Amino acid sequence: MQRLTCRHISKKYEGKAYALKDVNFSVPAKGIFALIGRNGAGKTTLIRILATQLTPTSGAASIDDLDVMKDAPRLRDTIACVPQEARAINWLTPRQFIFSYLLWRGFGYSKASKRTTDTAKKLGIEKYMDMASRKLSGGMKRKVLVATVMASEADIIFLDEPTTGLDPLSRAELWETLVKLKEDHFIFLTTHYLEEAEKLADMIGILDGGKLMALGTLDQLRGKVKYPYSVKVLDKSNVEKPEVGDMITGVDGIKQIVTTEKQARKIAKQLIDKGVRFSISPLSLDDIFYYIVKKPIEEENYDDEKEWS
Amino acid sequence: MTMKRSGLSQFWASILSNSVYALGNYPVMMVNMFLSPFSILVVIFFVSHGALLTVAIEGGLIMTMITSGMSLQTDLSHLKNDFKLQDMIVASPTGASMYLFGMAISELVYAIPAIAVLLALAILFAHMSAISWLVLIAVMVAMFVFSTCLGFFISTFTSDVMESWAYTGIISTVLSALPPVYYPITYIPLPFRYIAYLSPATYAAEIVQGSTGFLQLSASSAAVDWIVIIAVTLVIGIIAVKKSRWREE
Repeated sequence: MQRLTCRHISKKYEGKAYALKDVNFSVPAKGIFALIGRNGAGKTTLIRILATQLTPTSGAASIDDLDVMKDAPRLRDTIACVPQEARAINWLTPRQFIFSYLLWRGFGYSKASKRTTDTAKKLGIEKYMDMASRKLSGGMKRKVLVATVMASEADIIFLDEPTTGLDPLSRAELWETLVKLKEDHFIFLTTHYLEEAEKLADMIGILDGGKLMALGTLDQLRGKVKYPYSVKVLDKSNVEKPEVGDMITGVDGIKQIVTTEKQARKIAKQLIDKGVRFSISPLSLDDIFYYIVKKPIEEENYDDEKEWS
Repeated sequence: MTMKRSGLSQFWASILSNSVYALGNYPVMMVNMFLSPFSILVVIFFVSHGALLTVAIEGGLIMTMITSGMSLQTDLSHLKNDFKLQDMIVASPTGASMYLFGMAISELVYAIPAIAVLLALAILFAHMSAISWLVLIAVMVAMFVFSTCLGFFISTFTSDVMESWAYTGIISTVLSALPPVYYPITYIPLPFRYIAYLSPATYAAEIVQGSTGFLQLSASSAAVDWIVIIAVTLVIGIIAVKKSRWREE
C-alpha cells in the first residue's frame, strides 16, 4: 500500500526558475521517508505542497488517497508539520505552546492538557516544560516542536530540516526522538545531512535541481550506482588504479577506490599483503549522493531555496 | 476515524497564546496597553482646557479599536515570519477564519484595561444619551472589524517583521494621524479637511461626534458616513477573505 503519491508535480514561482520539475513517486505506508538534496534542490517546496501549505503549478499529490489540493480540509485532520526554521513561540513555555497547538487542532481542554504532559514524559522533557522557550537550547527548542506534532494524534508528520544548525550531540538526541516518533507515525523529513538520512530513513529520495534523481532504500540506491563498494586507503602510499572501478583522491590526499564487491576483496588482499592501512565498506549515502548528483555540495546555494519558498 | 474537533478550543487557543499567556509571562505589556490611549487624550484635555474631554474620550475608544487591528497585523506577521506559526496552523484542522477570529479577540484582551478606564471616564464626564452609547458601540465594532480584516490581510503578505512595521506606520498615519478622532473635524482648515476624509476613521469620528452634539451633522450626512464605513469594512472584509495569502499560490 502506498501512503503518499506525487504525480508529475511541478512548481514555478512567478518570475523565477522551476523549483520542482515533474516530480513523480510513491512512498509506502510506514517508517521514515527522507528527502535529501542540496540547499535549493526544491525540498522545502515539495514538503510545503504535500503539507497543503502551497499549491503546485501542475500535477497532483495524494496522501492516503486524499488529494492535497481538493481534499485539503480532510487531510489536515491527519497531518502535522514543523516548517523549516520554525520555533516555539518565545513568550510561551513549552507546555503552553504544545497545549495551545493542541487546542488549535480542536482538542478539548482536558485532553490537550493530558496529551501535553504524556508526550513530555515520553520524550523525557518534563523538567523543561515550564521554562521560558527563549531560554531553551537550540536542540531542546527543536525537541519541543517535535513533541508538539507528536502530541497531535496526526498520523503523518512533515519535518523540514529538523536538525539544521544543531550541534552533533543535540542532533543525535533529536534522532532518538524521531525514532520514537516513528513507532506510531509516518514521517516525511527533508535534510541535507546525508548521515541523518542514512541512520533514520527506511526510504530515501534524492532531489536535485527540482528533479527527483533517485528513490529507494539505501541498498536499492547502492544498486543504482555502478560500483557499490568503497576501499579507502588510509596511508598516503602509492596505489594503482583498479582494473574495474574508479579512484578518487580527496583533498586530504586519501585515495578512495570505488569498485565491485569482487574487485574490492581483491584490492583488500593486496593491501594486506603490502601492510597498507585501509577500510572497506559498501558505499555510504554520501558516496551515492555524490555519484547521482555528480556535483559537490555547495553551501553557497542556500539563498536559492529561501527565495523559492 | 476522524475525531470531533472543538471550535471553541480553536478559538480559545489564539486568545491563550497571544494574550493570556503573554500577559502572564510579561505583565508589563498590560501597563503599556493601559497607558497608550491616554497620551493624546491628556494633551487634548489640557490644550482645550477640558472643553474637548468628551470628544477625546470617544476618540480614545475608537482609537483603541483601531490600534487593536494594527497590533493584530504586527503580531500575526511576527508569528508567521519569525515562528512559522501560520504554516503550522495551515497544515492543521484550524481554518483561517477561526484563527483570525481568535487572534482578533486576543488583541481586545490587551485593550480591556484602557477600554474600562475610558468607559468609566465617559460615564463620569460625557453624560451621553442611550442612543449616543449605541452609536459609539456600533462605530467601535465597525472600526474593530475593519482594522482586524485589514491587519490580517496585510500580515499574510509580509515576509519580515520589518516590512510589517512599515505597514503599521502607513496605516497608523491614515487611521490615526490624518483623521480628527480626538477633536471635531471643523478644527481642520477646509482645504486640508478633504485629506482627512481619505480615512475611514474620520467618518467614524464624525458619526460619534454628531451623536453627542459636538458636530452639527444632518441625518443625510450621518447616513453617508455610515454607508462609507460599512462599505469600506465590507470591501476590506471581502478582500481579506478572498485575497489573503493563507495557503500560498
